[in-house]
Amino acid sequence: MQVLYGRHHVRVFRFGLRLVRDEQIAEDLISEVFLDVWRQAGKFEGRSAVSTWLLAITRFKALSALRRRKDVELDDEAANAIEDTSDDPEVAVQKKDTSEALRKCLTALTPEHREIVDLVYYHEKSVEEVAEIVGIPENTVKTRLFYARKKLAELLKAAGIERGWP
Amino acid sequence: MMAMSKIMLEQEPGEIEMLLPFHVAGTLNARDARRVDDALARDPELARQYAVVREEYAETIHLNESLGAPSVRAMQKLFAAIDGEPARKPSLSLDFSARMSGFFASLSPRTLAWSASLGALALLMQAGIIGAVLVKNQSASFQTASLSMNEPSTRNMAAEPPPRALVRFAPDARVADITALLDSYQASIVGAANGLFRIQFGNKAMSKDELAGLMSKLRSEKIVSLAEAAP
Repeated sequence: MQVLYGRHHVRVFRFGLRLVRDEQIAEDLISEVFLDVWRQAGKFEGRSAVSTWLLAITRFKALSALRRRKDVELDDEAANAIEDTSDDPEVAVQKKDTSEALRKCLTALTPEHREIVDLVYYHEKSVEEVAEIVGIPENTVKTRLFYARKKLAELLKAAGIERGWP
Repeated sequence: MMAMSKIMLEQEPGEIEMLLPFHVAGTLNARDARRVDDALARDPELARQYAVVREEYAETIHLNESLGAPSVRAMQKLFAAIDGEPARKPSLSLDFSARMSGFFASLSPRTLAWSASLGALALLMQAGIIGAVLVKNQSASFQTASLSMNEPSTRNMAAEPPPRALVRFAPDARVADITALLDSYQASIVGAANGLFRIQFGNKAMSKDELAGLMSKLRSEKIVSLAEAAP
């Protein structure tokens, strides 16, 4: 368990934090996730990577935690409402920092789009693994990521950044 | 072909376009990766989109890396909770052994390689955490379910069992190093408790001399801090 925890806890924390946007809750999630792993290790059948299994549990726990927080809803409005108070994308553009604007726009995506972008780019999960974690068909994984990227491009365009796509 | 991606954007996304992020992340199978490579070579517009995807990929990593790491509180909470768990039945030992082996086997090489690139900070953090847990184990009553020193014998009565050893790995040993060592000894983990792993070597019995030589070799490994032959 020590090795497993040492190996995966940071990524579990970051995935959880991107979903719940609260460090305290994200830290609580880690304990819950690994305790579940401890209790249910017998259910791990080795058909998927351990990290895939962990992220699926983390996602389930994060969504449960969000549901418990009555002031947070899994929709666009809530995502915008709990946006951080630092520079918005327009301000970042004024700073001529496209990278920073891109990161701001990544933060401004809906939770549904955010999680798929994170799973593919940061957690380096395949189509099949994302489908397993999120519980959606493989084709939906591909289209959802495509539309997440389109939304990202729209946000950047609104902030005055043209990247030549779409 | 050049106009293909644009037309598809106006209608439905093309199959190849949808695969670009997975190609950048290196998670496509060989066949799909080849399809994307071929399409990129033929379609400059798709290649431009690929550059955009690479930018998104880099910034997503940057964003996630900036989130930092959890405090020690999370680890303390977890292990306190495990301490409070009821002791497991000995019969679960072998199940856990298989699970441990499964865990190690399923760690993706790509992820491990990526992890290495995090550099000294990540290594120090991991070593610190494992070290802290090991120190904790020395004084606390942390009890894993996996290994009972009185583990019931599973040996085949008709033949001598393969040799086993109790091994403690160095606190800064990486999972990749451990799996490589296990591979080189044709060994597998069949149990674990309090930072000690019970390891089985191959599937054939060994003479006393062979076993002594094996233990001596194992003790000389850099990532092994303790190795004792065990029943």
